[in-house]
Amino acid sequence: MDAPNAATRERTQAKLARMPFPEDTQAPSPWVAPPAPPEEIRLTAPASEPRPPHVDPFGRSTGRSADRIFRLATGACAAMIAGLIVLVVVFMVSGSMPAFKDHGLVALLSPAWDPTNQKYGALTFLFGTAYTSLIGMAIALPLGVLTAVALVEILPKGLAKALSLAVELLAAIPSVLLGLWGIFELVPLVRKFEIYIYRSPLGLKHLPIFSGSPLGVGFLAAGLLLAIMALPFILSVSREVLLQVPKSQREAAYALGATRWQAIRRFILPYSWKGIFGASLLGLARVLGETMAVTMVIGNTPQIKASLFASGYTLASVIANEFTEAPSDLAISALISLGLILLLLSVALNAAARIMLIYLNHSQGAPQVAK
Amino acid sequence: MLACKDLKIEFDRKSVLKGVTLEFPAQRISAIIGPSGCGKSTLLRAFNRMHDLTPGAQVTGSVTLNDREIYASDEDPVLIRRRIGMVFQKANPFPTLSIYENVISGLRLSGVRNRAVLQEAAEKALMDSAIWDEVKDRLKSNPMSLSGGQQQRLCIARALAVDPEVLLMDEPCSALDPIATAKIEELMFRLRERLIVVIVTHNMQQAARASDRTAFLWMGELIEAGETEAIFTSPKKSMTEDYITGRFG
Amino acid sequence: MSQSHQLRKLHGHIMEGVCLLAALAAVIPLFAFLWHLVAMGAGAFSPALFTQLPLPPGEVGGGLRNAIQGSLLVVGIATMIGIPVGLGAAVFMSEFAKPSIASGLRFSCDVLSGVPSIVMGLLAFQMVVRPMHHFSAFSGSVALAFIMMPVVVITTQEMLRLVPHSLREAGHALGIPAWRIASSISLRAAAPGILTGAILAISRIAGETAPMLFTAFGNPFMSMDPKAPIATLPHTIFTYAISPYEDWHRLAWGGALILVLGILGATLLSRFILWWHQRSLNS
Repeated sequence: MDAPNAATRERTQAKLARMPFPEDTQAPSPWVAPPAPPEEIRLTAPASEPRPPHVDPFGRSTGRSADRIFRLATGACAAMIAGLIVLVVVFMVSGSMPAFKDHGLVALLSPAWDPTNQKYGALTFLFGTAYTSLIGMAIALPLGVLTAVALVEILPKGLAKALSLAVELLAAIPSVLLGLWGIFELVPLVRKFEIYIYRSPLGLKHLPIFSGSPLGVGFLAAGLLLAIMALPFILSVSREVLLQVPKSQREAAYALGATRWQAIRRFILPYSWKGIFGASLLGLARVLGETMAVTMVIGNTPQIKASLFASGYTLASVIANEFTEAPSDLAISALISLGLILLLLSVALNAAARIMLIYLNHSQGAPQVAK
Repeated sequence: MLACKDLKIEFDRKSVLKGVTLEFPAQRISAIIGPSGCGKSTLLRAFNRMHDLTPGAQVTGSVTLNDREIYASDEDPVLIRRRIGMVFQKANPFPTLSIYENVISGLRLSGVRNRAVLQEAAEKALMDSAIWDEVKDRLKSNPMSLSGGQQQRLCIARALAVDPEVLLMDEPCSALDPIATAKIEELMFRLRERLIVVIVTHNMQQAARASDRTAFLWMGELIEAGETEAIFTSPKKSMTEDYITGRFG
Repeated sequence: MSQSHQLRKLHGHIMEGVCLLAALAAVIPLFAFLWHLVAMGAGAFSPALFTQLPLPPGEVGGGLRNAIQGSLLVVGIATMIGIPVGLGAAVFMSEFAKPSIASGLRFSCDVLSGVPSIVMGLLAFQMVVRPMHHFSAFSGSVALAFIMMPVVVITTQEMLRLVPHSLREAGHALGIPAWRIASSISLRAAAPGILTGAILAISRIAGETAPMLFTAFGNPFMSMDPKAPIATLPHTIFTYAISPYEDWHRLAWGGALILVLGILGATLLSRFILWWHQRSLNS
């Protein structure tokens, strides 16, 4: 506020002088006109001395410049994060350009991968990634949902808490350690199972899904490891979704004479399907990019076979195995283009799942998936 | 006739209902009134064994339907709930099912599959709930598109479809406007011919105009019960009179 | 009781049994893993594991000293880059940004956290290894920092969100500048949760292998030079596990046990911090 200047002051004082005091002519007034303030008391600085700006009686600074610096610094950090997405896309695309210029997108879809002879077909890896992820989700999804039902609806609270903790701990295990366990403990087990099928008197080995030699490594082993890695995620989200079914729905079901399983299957689960579907998309996105555990047990053979027993190769595995030994810059570029495919797939799935869940939130008032 | 004798209910060792003895005769509407927290809903839920689903709930005493003990160890609560239906304070139709599917959901649960039987039962229940005309052209649509009052009548139809002997109503009109409330009270009068109707309400005017018998509960104890007219015009206990005249609660 | 009702009850019991079996199957992998980890790793667990360098392939003995110290260096540098940037971005999103910008940033972080770690390794390869013309510990740290940042932003933002708005308003009403409110009020209130999130993010990147394959690259010798290739624990475990040498397998299990104990320690530390903070609030 500007300090009042002399002219304004005079005008105000003249106005005040013209206004009469409220005279109480009716009855004797207990009020006496207030005395004029003594000259010594000045509550404001006289008009001739303007107040210095931004000085605080306690001598504190308003911190305007510090504020600006702080905002700039944190804003720069936020910009870096936003920039990271751009960086990833830009570098992956630019790294892939030599490969695209050389053999284009169509060549990627051929099944022949042989960099030393300039063959860059990625079909086997696309198949391997898809097949192992499919196996992993086909196991993890029903297992996760049924376990969530057991934890939320059937088991007593204490046991349920302990079990869900045990499954969550799985998520903390690094991929390479699961792969280590996979090589030395899981693969021999899978091999035993495969030999059992192979020797089965029912002739199961003639089924395309069980054909081939029982090596242990291959799509089945990799799929099992992926299932173990996807399970904690599917379980935690399914649990949240089930817990959010309103009490009134459960009561309505039971009051109609539903048995516990009927209530679960006909009313509680249907309410939750959409949330669970969104969660499984997120789980799939994660499982697509899993590298180490899969690399260690898949057998690293670029081929397309329907059999669970067969060895295979995934996009992530071929990058992991061949990058440092690539015979040419073009081969490196081809591998980066595979990474670009991985990136696009997982980002697309991720974004689609999240958008779907946000949309669900607004429409049905359905459960929210935080992670 | 539905009756309870010396019914005591505890939640985690805290006593909520202290020895209530009541009778609800057939072809009568019985109301349970009392201030908030006096145990009316708890009492009502004991009649269809809903407390079985609450861990930490302890029910002692006897509840009989036509002289058969419903808490007997060889009685399946699932079957009890098909004979004793319940309507809740806030309408809770199943949002993943259509209106038609909601009405027949109780029948489907008990294994009825015959299309004709289901359709007939649904139509009858919707007519008894005075909502048939409003929904007959949109049986396949989602129940969430109905108004609050309509949803509540849908829930009543759903409960009626399984042909229960008793209908328990837990403050069914508390979330509804006066017109919707009047519609529900009207259908209660019609239902009374065929079923025992027990309604919990905190609205004394509703109890006075809609019920034949009234029981007054306070802090988990039954203070007085009898013909509605007698309770409201000449109550025997002073506490009843205080509550009815609005002196407390 | 009718027969169809009996059948229905039986069906219900069977299905509930299936759910219980599923729950049992879900916990088996964890216990199987821990069992084998301890059984195989205990054999390798000795002071030598920490103090000795690996011996040439085929020879028995040696340790993982270079990998352990290498991991500490790479993770340390990554932390120094990743945590401040992540914290700063989260503070910006929570205290200063417009809601639309904040939610856009949050969406980006959610998507970034879903990018496979090997792709982040490729990014670091393009950004650091290529210009430098050789592999280095620093490029590994950059890759790990990229992986860590979105996670730190998300957990920090969630913790800041929990700070009641009334606290900030009190600060505004007292005339405290916005930046001070952010640091002294919001961050301080959310500190235990933020610290926990940071510790868990660090323990997560400590186990990352894929990005290391073509950034840090690995090194059979001892090195603490950020500009040179370096061995990291998870990468070494991988190399040894797929090798044909029995003794290297033994070392791999030993390294795995060290990693798991480290992650366990980090989890316990974060729980301790939360507990301690809760206690100091109550006293």
